[in-house]
Amino acid sequence: MRAQFVLSEISVGLRRNLTMTFAVIVSVALSLALAGGSLLVREQVNTMKDYWYDKVQVSIFLCNKDDQDTVKTCQKGAATDQQKKEIEADLKKLPVVDQIYFETSEQAYKRYKEQFKDSLIAGIVKPDQLQDSFRVKLKNPTKYKVVASAFQGRPGVMAVQDQRALLENLFNLLNGMNRVAYVLMGLMLVVALLLIVNTVRVSAFSRRRETGIMRLVGASGYYIQMPFIMEAAIAGLTGAGLACGLLVSGKYFLVDKWLSKKVLLINFIGWDQVVTVLPLVLVVGVLMPAIAAFFTLRKYLKV
Amino acid sequence: MRLEGSRIVGQPGEPVPALLNPPRLADRDAAVIRFDNVSKTYPKQTRPALRDVSFEIEKGEFVFLVGSSGSGKSTFLKLILREERASQGAVHVLGKDLARLSNWKVPQLRRQLGNVFQDFRLLPNKTVSENVAFALEVIGKPRATIRKVVPEVLDLVGLGGKEDRMPGELSGGEQQRVAIARAFVNRPMLLIADEPTGNLDPQTSVGIMKLLDRINRTGTTVVMATHDQQIVDQMRKRVIELEKGRLVRDQSRGVYGYQH
Repeated sequence: MRAQFVLSEISVGLRRNLTMTFAVIVSVALSLALAGGSLLVREQVNTMKDYWYDKVQVSIFLCNKDDQDTVKTCQKGAATDQQKKEIEADLKKLPVVDQIYFETSEQAYKRYKEQFKDSLIAGIVKPDQLQDSFRVKLKNPTKYKVVASAFQGRPGVMAVQDQRALLENLFNLLNGMNRVAYVLMGLMLVVALLLIVNTVRVSAFSRRRETGIMRLVGASGYYIQMPFIMEAAIAGLTGAGLACGLLVSGKYFLVDKWLSKKVLLINFIGWDQVVTVLPLVLVVGVLMPAIAAFFTLRKYLKV
Repeated sequence: MRLEGSRIVGQPGEPVPALLNPPRLADRDAAVIRFDNVSKTYPKQTRPALRDVSFEIEKGEFVFLVGSSGSGKSTFLKLILREERASQGAVHVLGKDLARLSNWKVPQLRRQLGNVFQDFRLLPNKTVSENVAFALEVIGKPRATIRKVVPEVLDLVGLGGKEDRMPGELSGGEQQRVAIARAFVNRPMLLIADEPTGNLDPQTSVGIMKLLDRINRTGTTVVMATHDQQIVDQMRKRVIELEKGRLVRDQSRGVYGYQH
């Protein structure tokens, strides 16, 4: 194969089809940026889950003397030592339980003050307003319901709270965003594919004179199709390059420069995760148009 | 119209009688083209485009293919180029059974065939020598070879000095010479010309025929489909006539036929 000949054919084809090529580049760039973006959001959710699920516990808050009127299971006043011992013994019997800590209201108060030391509410709360609690670490954080059903509504227990449930809302939001991104990506991919098919078809049609002569003088199918496939692949590669640029600048400007300064509690994905996504984007960006072009040519370019 | 030396054999609808020229069976492998009882019916059509056609063309022959429009000439040429496959019977070109030739080997076959058309089929945005070089580039010939053979073949067809003209600047006859140069540059065994003089005036046509005759004398077999009565009568070459898909005449040193 003579590289110079093929290259000149490709450049002629790309220039002749400039508007279509531009449309292909933009749609490939958008669909791949969405694809890469949703992969990264998934990474982000996983990173956050790993980080938070480790720290998350189920809390069993015990009745405090102030709960007597408000909570039904606390009608007999603060939880007795007897009740605490029973609860601890029962917790130890549960197979899903990994570790148990007992936190007194005094300790809770200290931790509370620590967490909200910059906030005004830190001064309002008093130690006896907080409850004694069991902090239970589970072997499998998803088995929260076992603990909840065992202790919810038991005399002396004010409430069972799964801290994971609080985070779950955030994860659901991120997963929802991810799903929207997937749908958008799917639509954009379909658009990109249709554009590629059409571009290749127009390109093949506008050069039917050349390809007809090539066929007659005995050029191989490979030789006839290669310029078209390369054209599609080059447009795809350009689009994929743009998508990579979008992902990198998204990570730099959106995550590093903005989000990570506003939201301090979350640890964000690092550059290593971004860098692993980029080759994938490039490979898909080249292969998808090339394969689409190949199948289009089988239909529109008889060899 | 002179009738001497020409006897029409067979009428449409009748079985094809024995040919005037005995079949050349001396060396069957020397045949450049051999049709054995070839029929071709296109999909969704009841009337066959070719029916039960048999003949041989040997190396170095010059053969005119005549017949009115719709007689099957185009189908005949398409079968040789393997653009279509025979429905029945066997087509052998350059010793290859085209029915058994796999698709990816077809380009190899076509490299040994030259094609010339009524409408020249040149690339309007390439110069004369680029048009000829294109045929070599796309089959991957090295650039050194191309630089050497393109001027040679342009000289041969009488276009020396017009290498850098665009096809639009040339007369019809000159454009056809470019097309012939392109068809011949690869020194094919067989040159197929589909009404090469169809768009040209009689005088220019004579020049083109002289060129084809010269190419024929280098040993290249030439098969030319034509409607040009004058040319056929003057050249006195072998004539194969098709009518409604049947081979009705195969005559050495023949003329165009009866006045229709």
